[in-house]
Amino acid sequence: MGITSLLNALPGAAAQGLIWGIMAIGVYLTYRILDVADLTVDGTMCTGGAVCIILMMNGCNVWIAMLGAAGAGMLAGLVTGIFHTFMGIPAILAGILTQLALYSANLKIMGKANQAINVDKFDLLVSLRYIKNVPITQNTILIVAILIAVLIAILYWFFGTELGCSLRATGCNPNMSRAQGINTNINKVLGLMLSNGLVALSSSLLAQYQGFADINMGRGAIVIGLAAVIIGEAVFGRIFRNFALKLVSVVLGSILYYLVLQTVIWLGIDTDLLKMLSALVVALFLAFPYWKSKYFTKPAKRGGNTNA
Amino acid sequence: MLEIKNIYKTFNPGTINEKVALNGLSLKLKEGDFVTVIGGNGAGKSTMLNAVAGTWLVDEGQILIDGQDVTKLPEHKRALYLGRVFQDPMNGTAATMGIEENLALAKRRGKTRLLRPGITRKEREEYKELLKVLGLGLEDRQTSKVGNLSGGHRQALTLLIATLKKPKLLLLDEHTAALDPKTAAKVLEITDMIVNRDHLTTLMITHNMQDAIAHGNRLIMMMDGKIILDIEGEEKKKLTVRNLLDQFEKASGKEFSNDSALLG
Repeated sequence: MGITSLLNALPGAAAQGLIWGIMAIGVYLTYRILDVADLTVDGTMCTGGAVCIILMMNGCNVWIAMLGAAGAGMLAGLVTGIFHTFMGIPAILAGILTQLALYSANLKIMGKANQAINVDKFDLLVSLRYIKNVPITQNTILIVAILIAVLIAILYWFFGTELGCSLRATGCNPNMSRAQGINTNINKVLGLMLSNGLVALSSSLLAQYQGFADINMGRGAIVIGLAAVIIGEAVFGRIFRNFALKLVSVVLGSILYYLVLQTVIWLGIDTDLLKMLSALVVALFLAFPYWKSKYFTKPAKRGGNTNA
Repeated sequence: MLEIKNIYKTFNPGTINEKVALNGLSLKLKEGDFVTVIGGNGAGKSTMLNAVAGTWLVDEGQILIDGQDVTKLPEHKRALYLGRVFQDPMNGTAATMGIEENLALAKRRGKTRLLRPGITRKEREEYKELLKVLGLGLEDRQTSKVGNLSGGHRQALTLLIATLKKPKLLLLDEHTAALDPKTAAKVLEITDMIVNRDHLTTLMITHNMQDAIAHGNRLIMMMDGKIILDIEGEEKKKLTVRNLLDQFEKASGKEFSNDSALLG
């Protein structure tokens, strides 16, 4: 295989990376800000696409359909939030329960395991056909990039508001937050809704991009999301300190992930092994901070800090 | 200001780990009282503070803050009336947020948090003045993440956070115990300064008898989930560690067993 086939595939990979970047921002909100690993997203990553396609097939405008998708995702987040706070189920388990329930929900939404949408018959916002040889205003990469810029601007504003600050405090120190009169349970639910709304939005774009929604399209989504977050932090963590830039680095992490993936495929790896490879890479990245603190920290200086 | 009426709390009831932590405890604080609380391990000091703060609900009895019955009120609602500082400096601040952001969180205690700005320029100026009073140079590091501060600085900041909206009651749970003696003295000095300035009604747990005697206008000693000694006013001013121990032995019929309370 020549290098040209790789170069031809890269724009598509970048577009996918961008679309998954929105999903990764959702994961960042729960994993980094709220400090819970939310596995709901494996289900939501299909729900968004399913809702979007069904709405469009029933005559909805693409923007309305995407809003509907985001709404459905928020609903899924609400369910996980209620499982976790009101019913006291550990966050990971609460996410797994919702994810399982969503499998049925997704089948019911689509009516079958796979629902295609024809790019020629519907007015889609993005598609893998809109990567090359289309007017710049129709270019998928540009459209998703603008969408991401808007989303990041909104999130940047939101996390600077009173409510946004209380959400950050909830994830950072729940005890302190409650002592400041913050209802941490409501905030957790809110964070989960926000996150899953973003994931479903990403899913609605992905379904349009690939031209179908599939019951399995969310499988392992959390791993891809985490990979994007971790890669983004590892590569850009030292230069991007501002919150908005951190979100940008998550998106860049997602793009990098897909570019690397594309390259690995081009190198001729058995594609059946891709998920295992992703899992191992994420496991290693998650282990690094732990190993670093365990084996590579300098012993504390004796006598302590005198100017405490 | 605070009235605790005959409260009971048993942890793990019906199991082998059953522990009666509060056993018919009653206490009444007047406005402006600064009460130091001492007692051995497991005497119920922290449990009493947690009961007041609403970490969990008590089994029996009643808790009133400023005449209002808060017995059944959840923790985040009681927070309106309370300022709290814990032993662990990590506990009272949000480490990944800036110094001024932490103060801004406290400033909005008791208000509904919506989409207004989390911190305004005017507040920044205000916080600068507040931080200056601590005399720790924190006013020049307003945007620094709290996680980068030393334990002593964090405790001083926590005190500021806890008292920013004047609480009806300030709860200090061994808030200097994790600090080295010099820093602990500084934090206690700041505590005195803030409590006196704002005339705060305060409950301060300490394991240091010397501190318990030197600070506040009233001293109580707890054992087995009850108050066994209550000394205030002129009598408290004359206290020494020696005669506190004698009184303890008289009241409890035991020798005081907590060495760390005697040292220090």
